[in-house]
Amino acid sequence: MAKHRGRGMAAINYPIGLNLGGDPSQALVHSNPTGKFTVALSSIDLGQGMKSVTRQIAAETLGIPVDDVYVDTADSDTGPHCMGSFASRGTHRVGNAVIAAAKEARGVMMEAAAEELEVDAGDLETDGKGNIHVRGAPHRSITVKEVAIAAQFRQGRTISGRGIFLIPMSGVDPETGAMKPVTTYAHACLVADVEVDDETGDVAVLKMNSAYELGRALNPRMVEQQLVGGAWMGMSHALYETTEPYYPDRDHGPSDFNEYLMPGPGDIAPHDIAVLERPAADGPFGGKGPGEMCANPVLPAVANAIFNAVGIRIDELPITPEKVLRGLKSQGGAKPPQVPFGGPKPNGAARP
Amino acid sequence: MPKTPVQFRINGTDKAVFADGGQSLLDVIRREVGDTAPKYGCGQGTCGACMVLIDGEPHLSCILLAEMADGRSIETASNLDQGGQIHPLQDAFMTHFAAQCGFCTPGMLMAAKALLDKVPNPTREQVIDAISDNLCRCTGYEPIINAILDAAQNPSRRSA
Repeated sequence: MAKHRGRGMAAINYPIGLNLGGDPSQALVHSNPTGKFTVALSSIDLGQGMKSVTRQIAAETLGIPVDDVYVDTADSDTGPHCMGSFASRGTHRVGNAVIAAAKEARGVMMEAAAEELEVDAGDLETDGKGNIHVRGAPHRSITVKEVAIAAQFRQGRTISGRGIFLIPMSGVDPETGAMKPVTTYAHACLVADVEVDDETGDVAVLKMNSAYELGRALNPRMVEQQLVGGAWMGMSHALYETTEPYYPDRDHGPSDFNEYLMPGPGDIAPHDIAVLERPAADGPFGGKGPGEMCANPVLPAVANAIFNAVGIRIDELPITPEKVLRGLKSQGGAKPPQVPFGGPKPNGAARP
Repeated sequence: MPKTPVQFRINGTDKAVFADGGQSLLDVIRREVGDTAPKYGCGQGTCGACMVLIDGEPHLSCILLAEMADGRSIETASNLDQGGQIHPLQDAFMTHFAAQCGFCTPGMLMAAKALLDKVPNPTREQVIDAISDNLCRCTGYEPIINAILDAAQNPSRRSA
C-alpha cells in the first residue's frame, strides 16, 4: 500500500460565445443632468465581474471617469435584450454592445459640447477626468456635467446611445458539417500534480500550474480572482461533485449541502497562474474573457495525472475513491505507465 | 401558537421581540430586527451564510431557536464598520478580492472576526479551521484565507 504521485496536463482552445443560433447582446447608454452616465443592460453579473468590466468599457469609450458610470443590469424589464451570461460570452458580446452604445452617446455629447463652446465637434477631446476641451487649447474647456445640463435644459438633446453586437448566425454545411461557431478563441494550459492513495483510492491535488491566454485582461485583478476560483471549481468537478453518483440511478445522490461534496478551505492546492494577453481583433479593447475556461482544463489534467500516477484511465466524473479502487482492482494494482511525459516522475523516482 | 418574548442586545442595541414558536434566530434578525446582513443559505446549518457571533462565539443562526438568544449579545456583519471606518477584515477582503457573488461574505467575516478576537496572530491552519463551517462557491477560498491572514498581520489597516 502506497501513495503514488503523478503529473498530468491539459491544453484547451476555448470558444468565446456561440453564434450557431445568433448570439446578440444590446446596451443602452444615457447621461443624467449630473454629468453621470447610466448603462442599461439585462446581462447578469453572477460575481464574475460583468458590472465592473462594462463600467470600465463605457467610461473608456465615453472618455469620462469610471466613477461617473452606473451600470443598471440584471432586469430584462428595464434593460435591452441580452442572450445571457453563458458560453463565456459576457465581456466579449456585452462589452462590444456597450462600446457601440457609448460611442453613439459620446458623439451626441461632443456635438452638445461643440454647441456650447462654439467650435467644431471634431476639434474636441475628452480628458478622462470629466472635462471636454478644444484639442491643443485646454483652456477652452467645459465639464461633462455642464454639457449634460445644457443638452437637457437648453439644447433639447438626449445624450444617449444604442448598441448591439451581433455575429450573424453560422450555418452548418450539410455535406461536411463545417461551421464557424465563434470568431475568437481563448486558450489555456494547466499542469496538475496529484497523489493517489492506492489503499483508500483518495486523490489529492498537490499543486497546479497554469497559463491562460484570454485577450486583454480588462481588469487584471478580477481575471486573477476568476481563475483562482474557477480552478477550485474544476478540481471540485474532477474529484467531488455529483448529484447522481450512480447515474442514471438517483440512489445515494446528495439531497443537501451536508451530502453534496466540495473541497473545503483545507483541501485547496497551491496554484501558480500566468496570464498571457493577446488582444482579440474583435474583442472590446481586445478582451475575450476567462469565463468557463477557468474551470475546464483542471478536469482532464487531474484525470491524466491519475493515469500518470497509477496507470488507470477514469473517464467518468467525478473521480471518486470508489472508481479509483475499482480501477486499481481490475488492473491488479498501481501500474504507472512506463513512458510518462518524457521525464522522471515529480517525486523524483527514476523510471526503469 | 403562543409567542415568546425574547430580549437580546444586537450590535450594541437592546431589542425586545415576540418570537413565534420554532422561529429561528436568523428569521428574527432579518424580519423583526431588519438586519439583512446574515443570509439564509441552506437553512440547515451547513453553509455558514447565517453566521453571527453570540457573546463572541460564532453560531449558525438558521438552526438556533430565537428563544436561545434571550439575554445574550449578538453581533452581525452590519456592526463591523465603526465611526465611518470599515473594519480591517472588510478592508482586507476588498484588497484581496475575497468575494465574488458575496453571499458567503457576511458569514465569512464573522467567522474570521471570532478567530481574530481570540487569536490575533493565527496560523494558516487556524484560519482554515475557523472558516471550515462556511461554504464559498466562487473564490476557491485562497483569497479569503489570504485576506484574514493579512488583516491579522495589519490590524491598523484602513482603506485610504
